[in-house]
Parts: sequence; structure tokens; C-alpha cells
Amino acid sequence: MSPTGKHGTQSYGTTTHLLRRIHLDPPLMAGLLVVLTLGMFVLFSASGNDTDMLLGQVARIGLAALVMLVVAQINVAWMRRAAPWVYFIGLAMLVLVLAIGDAGGGAQRWLDLGVRFQPSELMKLAVPAMLAWLLHDRALPPSIMLTIGMLLLIAAPVGMIALQPDLGTAILIGLTGAAVIFLAGIAMRYIVAATVIGVAAMPLLWYFMHSYQKQRVLTLLDPEKDPLGAGYHIIQSKIAIGSGGIFGKGWLNGSQGQLEFLPERSTDFIFAVIGEEFGFIGVTLLLLLYGLIIARGFVIAADAQDTFSRLLAGSVSVTFFCYVFVNTAMVTGLLPVVGVPLPLVSAGGTSMVTLLAGFGILMSIQTHRKLLPR
Amino acid sequence: MDYTRQIKDHWREQRLFTRRIIACSVIAILLTGTVLTRLAVLQLVNAEYYAAQSQGNRIRVQPLPPARGLIYDRNRNVLAENTPSYQLELTPEQVPDLEHTLTRLESSGLIKSESTDRIRNLIASKRRFDSIPIRQRMSDDEVARFAVLRPYFPGVEIRARLARYYPYGRIGAHALGYVSGISATDQELLDPAKYAGSSYIGKVAVERTFEPDLHGSPGHQDVLVNVHGRMMQVLDTQLAVPGRDLILSLDIDAQVAAEAALEGRRGAVVAIDPTNGEILVFASAPGFDPNGFIRGLSRDEFRALQNDTEQPLFNRALRGAYPPGSTIKPMLALAGLEQNSPLTRQQTYCRGYYSLPGNPHRYRDWKPEGHGLINLHDAVAQSCDTYFYEMANELGIDVISRTLSDFGLGAATEIDIGPESNGLVPTREWKRRNFSAPEDQIWFPGETVITGIGQGYLLATPLQLAHATATIAARGKRFRPSIVQGIRDPVTGVIAQRQPRELAPVTVSSEANWDQIVRAMEGVINDPQGTARAIGINAPWSMAGKSGTAQVFSVAQDETYNKEELAERMRDHALFVAFAPVEEPRIAVAVIVENGGSGSGVAGPVARQVMDAYLGGATL
Repeated sequence: MSPTGKHGTQSYGTTTHLLRRIHLDPPLMAGLLVVLTLGMFVLFSASGNDTDMLLGQVARIGLAALVMLVVAQINVAWMRRAAPWVYFIGLAMLVLVLAIGDAGGGAQRWLDLGVRFQPSELMKLAVPAMLAWLLHDRALPPSIMLTIGMLLLIAAPVGMIALQPDLGTAILIGLTGAAVIFLAGIAMRYIVAATVIGVAAMPLLWYFMHSYQKQRVLTLLDPEKDPLGAGYHIIQSKIAIGSGGIFGKGWLNGSQGQLEFLPERSTDFIFAVIGEEFGFIGVTLLLLLYGLIIARGFVIAADAQDTFSRLLAGSVSVTFFCYVFVNTAMVTGLLPVVGVPLPLVSAGGTSMVTLLAGFGILMSIQTHRKLLPR
Repeated sequence: MDYTRQIKDHWREQRLFTRRIIACSVIAILLTGTVLTRLAVLQLVNAEYYAAQSQGNRIRVQPLPPARGLIYDRNRNVLAENTPSYQLELTPEQVPDLEHTLTRLESSGLIKSESTDRIRNLIASKRRFDSIPIRQRMSDDEVARFAVLRPYFPGVEIRARLARYYPYGRIGAHALGYVSGISATDQELLDPAKYAGSSYIGKVAVERTFEPDLHGSPGHQDVLVNVHGRMMQVLDTQLAVPGRDLILSLDIDAQVAAEAALEGRRGAVVAIDPTNGEILVFASAPGFDPNGFIRGLSRDEFRALQNDTEQPLFNRALRGAYPPGSTIKPMLALAGLEQNSPLTRQQTYCRGYYSLPGNPHRYRDWKPEGHGLINLHDAVAQSCDTYFYEMANELGIDVISRTLSDFGLGAATEIDIGPESNGLVPTREWKRRNFSAPEDQIWFPGETVITGIGQGYLLATPLQLAHATATIAARGKRFRPSIVQGIRDPVTGVIAQRQPRELAPVTVSSEANWDQIVRAMEGVINDPQGTARAIGINAPWSMAGKSGTAQVFSVAQDETYNKEELAERMRDHALFVAFAPVEEPRIAVAVIVENGGSGSGVAGPVARQVMDAYLGGATL
């Protein structure tokens, strides 16, 4: 099943050998490096040639890479044992954040533990790890009772994060949990039933949404209705992408981004800058690179040697895809604006750390395999 | 399903997991395909549409207003120029909260509270992306103050613009007119493309009539702007074509003399070059300072100007219609000579009044004791009313009307600034049409009699009187009065001279008739008995003229007329017409001083001062 592991030291060069010794996966590393590098060029342009911002991003990438390296050294068995602890500590911190937020009288996402720390980011990895832990020594597909239990384990953090309110992260964690359940092999009929119930529950969800969240959905349906208000983001983003054409306006030449017509152009809407400056070719190429990274994640998941590893690797890869899809769909006006960054490219610290920590897990899973075939 | 009974089948689970991974991949590919399709629609199918949108976002076309043409007098003294000034401009589209912005501008003292309504109206009448001047002629201090506050006023900018400036201030204001902010009414009439970026428009007189010449054509600048509308880079510039300069026929020195002489009075002075109809002096008093309109008069200031009982905005030279009084006597004398009237060939006896045959009503002479035996020359020189009552009766209203009309009275002179009053030369026809009661529609002989001394229904503007005087000076040659002498192209510098427009002349059967009239008018000034014998003293050139006193209201029969007892407004209007030098006339002047009293005593010296300034001469 895994010839690469067996013959690795012979078929790859010394760099590859070295990377494997420090538990890094060369193909994944290559993909990440390419996207991160391109991302820095894009960010430089999107920030209006702001060197300070670029240096900040480099520092964050450095920190995140360090976290990735550390995570990659941890044996999966350790992760499995730690999973429930991390999950419940994270849950406790979410409760704390909500409590402080209430006291402070406004939305709050972070805890001040010397550095600002977002428990919701931790939950992006803790939730799939917890679910994988729950399933790791059970027969799959899981029973219906177990599935309901898992849904509750997902709903608790998702609900609290949605209350913060951070809809983007809540959706991502919900999707990650759903990915674990799906990958665990739950019967298709349950999936169909869940989808039907989900659609039926939409009006209820609408009822519980914040007014600004409702506004985002309405705006998506008809952005022109409020061109200077909520629809402005989508309109300007579409203009940026569309005006890029096939080949784009060239690096640093996108007027929408450079002249600040595009809002949040260095964070959530950076994909529009890529679309404007590098055109259809550029965005297609970027999506292809993301595809290669995700494909490598799927291969690692398929190659993993135990249930915990498989489910965790699979869900981390699916989460990464969800990032890419939700962000690009949102920027192109297919989904409401929900505040999901473009992974590895958008400026911003915490998501970068979580993302690379996730890839650290993938690398750990890939490089800690026993070399003997089962 | 109790899991404890199930045996963990690793192979089966691995196969199930692999299938699910493949399913995930398929879903991922489908979703990515959706995004790619969307991107293809945006970037391939609709690329041109979005490219245009993005262009529209970032490129703003800014109009470059043209510099208004300058105005010179005949000796190239600048009467109207443009001086750089700073003005505050607001672009409604870029102002997040208009009311808030106006309130804060007001509280920081940059705009006046009374002008906010006007600004609101202006904003409502313009396009949202037009830059609107909200404050003109800012002081250095105000510019500095705004510069500090600028970040708090998005959409409001200081622009250096050229503002109209009239270096002579009030002098010649009624001839030049003024420019002022473009009103909503102007807005409807003008071509918005031509006035994009223009803040001012000519309002009256030369500034208004020659607006198309003076204004010029705007240029434009394509500028790259950021989302805040701040200019980042100029992409393309099409320079504005400045307006054409005007060279007026006015002589500013004579104009200054005229307005100084009218100081503190209500009245008008018009001087014309008899050889071509060019206006040399065009004064109406009281005047106004046109520079005030550029700064922007507040509503109260404007109302004060409009409601002033002295009517400083009323152009008396052009629109003031007055009874011409005795100033028409030379024209009637000419008519008498032309008609070969018996009176012109003999003397008549003036005993201080005239009565129509068989009617006891006495038409009184200004000299109660009478002039005694008097001929045509002395009748003009001494302004004998009795002689002209009789002359009028002899000629009849039809001949009088025709003669006065031949000299241009009763009709617009069609001077190149307007609008002017037509004045009035009454005829039988006119009376029939303008009176409702049948008994009033008949022309009475008594009405002819008083028309003989320029009273009754007769009305003339100072411009018409000057024009008629110029016609006498030119011995019948008539030119359409014009104030603009030449128009200079700002690009080539070539001056297009406006040719004098000759009108139908006043023809006479014998040139000797002109000689006789002119000699009589010289007598007014030179004869020992001449009514204006004080006017011509020490003049190095010869002068001919005629005084006039127009009754504002009629004095009842046998009532003694006491000037002192009359309220100032009830006093007679003082008139004087003159031309000089007699041998080769270069200037013809008409002066009216409202309620001035004596024509020769009050209006005459004004005419002399104007002539001194124009021709050069000794002081009076």
C-alpha cells in the first residue's frame, strides 16, 4: 500500500531524506512553500506595497512554520491520547470567552493569555481530533447513537463560536466535524436525511441569525440593492476579478486593489486582488496548487495506518478545502460574506498557525508510520 | 446496533475510508469546478463589462474651467480681470453626510449660516459627481484653517480658481455689469457641458450680453482617483480655451470724471463718439461695487441693494425714461426749417406765455416776463418755450413725431448691451391704441403744444438723447451705439474690430439748416443770453449744447412755483446735451440729474467735466 515509505531513503535525494528525518513531508512542503511564496507577493501588492505588513506576515509564517515543525515531531499516538483533554479545555475556554464578552458588553473572540489567543482556532483541530479519538477503536461505520453523540460534540463549540459571533469559523468547524462523520463511513441514507432536515431547518436558522448575518445573505442575493452599503464588498470584488480578464492587469497594477476600491483586500478579499492582477490564468493556477496540496492530504489520509490517523488526516484536508472553497465562493459572490480567509495567503496570524499546525499533523501522520506493511 | 458485538474489520474499514476519500475528492472537484465556472463567467465572458466598471471607478473626468476673457477700455486699461483665489468646493458624491458636513463647515466659520440654503439648492441642481463651489474668495487664514481640518471633510477640497476682479470697483459698473454664482435659473438655460467647472456667469450689461465670447470653452483632465476621490495622478489634460477679451470703446478717464460729477446724485451720463457711434462714457448713479457679487452677497446684502430707494441696481442710462424737456428743441427747430415753417423766417413776440387761438389756457414760458421779440437762433439759445409752443402748433404732432423718430427717439437704439427702454414718442395712433376711454383717444392740440418743449407723453433715455445729440453733431449721420469696439482672440491675439453700423441718416434739404441749428446750440453756450453761458468758459475747444429741465409734475395754472418748497423728489430733472468740438465733433454727451433742478446749472457742468476729461481742457 505504501511503497514510498519502504523505499524512501533510496528513491529520494538527500534533501528529501533530511526532511523526512525531521518528520516533514516533501510533496506537502513543496506545495506549501510555493503557495506561501506567491502569497507574499500578492500580499505585498494588496497591502499597497506595505513592507511592514509583509514583514509581519513573514514573521507569522515563521512562527506558524515552527509550530508545524513541532507538531510534526509529535507521534500520532500522543495526539490521540491528548485529544479529549484538548477538546474539553478548548470548550471551557470558549465558555470563558463568552462570559468575558458578555461582561465586556460586545463581541469577543480571544483570551488574553499574554498573547491573544483564540480558542475557536484551537477547536478547528480539537474537534476532529476528539471525534477521531471517539471512533478510533470502534467498528466503523459508527452506530446511530454514537453519531448523535458526535453531533453534540460538534454542536457545542460551533454554537458557542456562532454566538461570539464568528460565523465563518463556526461553519468551518461544523464542516470539519461533518467531514469526520462522513469519512467514518456513515450510511448514505443518514446523510440524505440530515440534508433534508438541514434544509427544513433553514428558516429556523434564519430566525436565530444576527441582523448583520441576515444582511449578508440578502446582499448576496442582490448586491446591487445596496451598492454603497453591504453590497459594496461583493460589487467591488466582482469588478476586480472580472476586470482582470484572462491574463490580469499585472502584479502591482490592479487598480481596484491599489486604489483601495476593494475593501479588506489584504485579508478576506485577497483572492480578488489575485484575480485582478493575475487574471483567470492566475486564479486557475492557484486553485490547482491548492488542489495538489489537498490531494496530497487525501493520499496521506488514505495511506494512514489507523482509524484515528485516517480520520484526522482526512478531516484536516477537507477543512483546508473548505477554507479554499468558502473563501473563493464568497469573494466571487457565490456564498455570503462570512469572514473566511484565503488559506496561506490572507494576512492574519491565528489562522496561519492553525493551518500549518494542521499540516504538521498531516506530516506527523505520514512520517511516523511503521515501515512494515501490515 | 451494539458495537461490542461487531468485530473491527480493518480491511473493510480501509476500503470504506478510501471510497469516502474518493467521494470527498469528487465533491471537491465539483465545488472547485463551480468556482472556476464562476471565475470564467466573470473574467472571460464578462471581462469587458467589468473592465469598463473598473475604469469608471478610477478615472474621473475633471472639467478645467476656462479663464474668462478680460475687458479693457479704449486705451487698454483693464476694467475686468481674473485674479487667483481659493475656493472651497464640495463633491456631493464623496461626502458621506452632507448635512453634518455643512454644519461643521459652518461651525468652523468657513461658510456663513445664511449661505447654507443657497448651497443646498445648488447641490440639488447639480450632478452628484460635480464639484460645487460652496465658498469663494477665501482668505489666506481661512485656507490655512481648512488645510488643518481637511481630513475631517472628505469630499471637500480647496481649489485655486480664477475669480473676476474689477480694479475700478464701482466705476463703470453699469456698463460692465458683473458676474455672479450660477443660479438655478441660469442652470436651466445654459449648456451644462460648457459650464462644467465654471463658478460664475455674467449677469447684466457687457458681462451678460457678451457671455458667449467671454466665457470660453472648458478643457478637461482625466485623473486617477482613489476610493476617497483624492487625485492620485493626472492621466490626460485637454486645456481650456480662454474666453475672448473685449476692448470697450469706453474711456475710463472720462468715465471716472462722469461718475465723480454724479457723486451723491441720481442720474446718468452717456457720451458717444459721433463719428462712429462708439460709447465713450456710460454712467448711471448711484452705482454698486461689482466685486461684491463675486465674493457672494448674502441674502440680506442683496435685498438691501434691491430695496434701496436710490435704486443702485437700476441702469438709468439704459432703462431710465425721462421727459427730454428742452433738449429736443434743436430737433424741432430743424423740423421747422425743413418744413419751411413761417415762424423760422420771422420773429415772434414772447410775452411769457402762449395760448392756442380761441383758448384762454396759458402755456407758460420758464421766463415769466417773456423773451420779447425772438427768432429761431435766440429761441434755442435762450430756450424760449413760447417760440416752441407756437412752432409745435405750426408743425403738428405728426411732423414732430416723425422728426423725433428720425433721430432715434421712441425706439430701442439697439446698443450691444441690453435690455434698454424704448422711451416714447407719442402719435395720434399711439394715443388711440393706449387709452381706453373714447374721449381720451383723441389727440388734442394742447398735447402738441407741450410736446414742443419735450413734456407731455414724450420720454427718452439718456442713451437715446446722447445718440440724438451725436446725430446732430454728425449732421444727420447716424450710427448704432456700440460699447464693444473689438474682440480679441486669446490664442492668436488678433483683434476683430467691430465695424460701426450706419443707420438711416436724418436727411435735410439744405446743409445750411444744420449750420443754423448747430450755431443756435453754440449760442446756448456762447451767447451773452445763452442759458448755459457758464459752461463753456475757458474751454480750448468750441462747444454746442442744449439745456433742459423736465417737469416731474405739472404746476397748476397761476400757481407760483417755489423750488425750495418742493420735496426733493418733486424737483425738476436737470438735463443737458452737448457736443464738441463744433467744427469736428468727437464727443456728444447727454446728462440727466434726477431732481437736479436746473439743466444748465446742474447737468451742464457734468457734461463739461466729461468733455474736459475726454478732450483735455482747462478746469471749469
